[in-house]
Amino acid sequence: MDRTQLLLGLAFALFSLGFVGVMVRRNALVMLMCMELMLNGVILSLVTFAERSATFSGAVLVFLVFVVAAAEIAIAIPIVLLLGRQKRTLDVGAYSELKG
Amino acid sequence: MSSLLLWFFCAAALAGGVLMLLARHPMRVALALIGCMISLAGIYALLGVHVIAVFQVLIYVGAVMVFMVYVIMLLDLRDASFLERYGPNIVPAVVLAALLAAALGAAAGNGRIVTAADLALYHGGRDGAAFEVAPFSREFLERYWLHFELTSVLLLAAVVAAIAVIRTGRRRDG
Repeated sequence: MDRTQLLLGLAFALFSLGFVGVMVRRNALVMLMCMELMLNGVILSLVTFAERSATFSGAVLVFLVFVVAAAEIAIAIPIVLLLGRQKRTLDVGAYSELKG
Repeated sequence: MSSLLLWFFCAAALAGGVLMLLARHPMRVALALIGCMISLAGIYALLGVHVIAVFQVLIYVGAVMVFMVYVIMLLDLRDASFLERYGPNIVPAVVLAALLAAALGAAAGNGRIVTAADLALYHGGRDGAAFEVAPFSREFLERYWLHFELTSVLLLAAVVAAIAVIRTGRRRDG
């Protein structure tokens, strides 16, 4: 099996696992971590392609994605913290007034 | 040896992903995710993309996941989501994800994402040496310095937004 195909398969598997986690799990923090898993799968495919084409721009893009992920977590965690404090639970079923 | 290590890290990353779905307590989920991320860093290092492997460990494991673990310890709520792991829509979610994985896998297997010609072309390219720390850093700070500086603006905006979120929540509380 070719290395690129192996890594792409792993990236797809991680993305799908994260997708299942976001849809299935009930804890808001766990859902957030599953989103990180999806992002990691996508970054793995990006790194694979960047390494294959041997260009710097792909690696620079990965760096920018890392920074965006850090910023995303820095905003998402306070929101989850506030929800947890207000509702005294992290169960997403309790946040029913959030629906549109 | 290197290919054996690659298989090992792939298996470890996959196992971490599966454990994340099975573990009950958020702390165990976080530890599984950390294991998965460290395995991914190992894969990046094996690919020769050392800079990204270091970023992965420093930014993801060192910053994001430590933050996450800290929040889990800080909240320490005992609620229903600890006892019952899965919500009501588990069957459609698993079916949908299986379809997604099958579609992605089929597209990759058919060569719609990476064709054999692409692979042959890529194999002719430079073999990872471009990503060693010195050439990468030179290129990064010569050609992409503006992007690098702009990320600091993004981080500043994120910090201000986080403070604003906490402030509004506190005002509503009391």
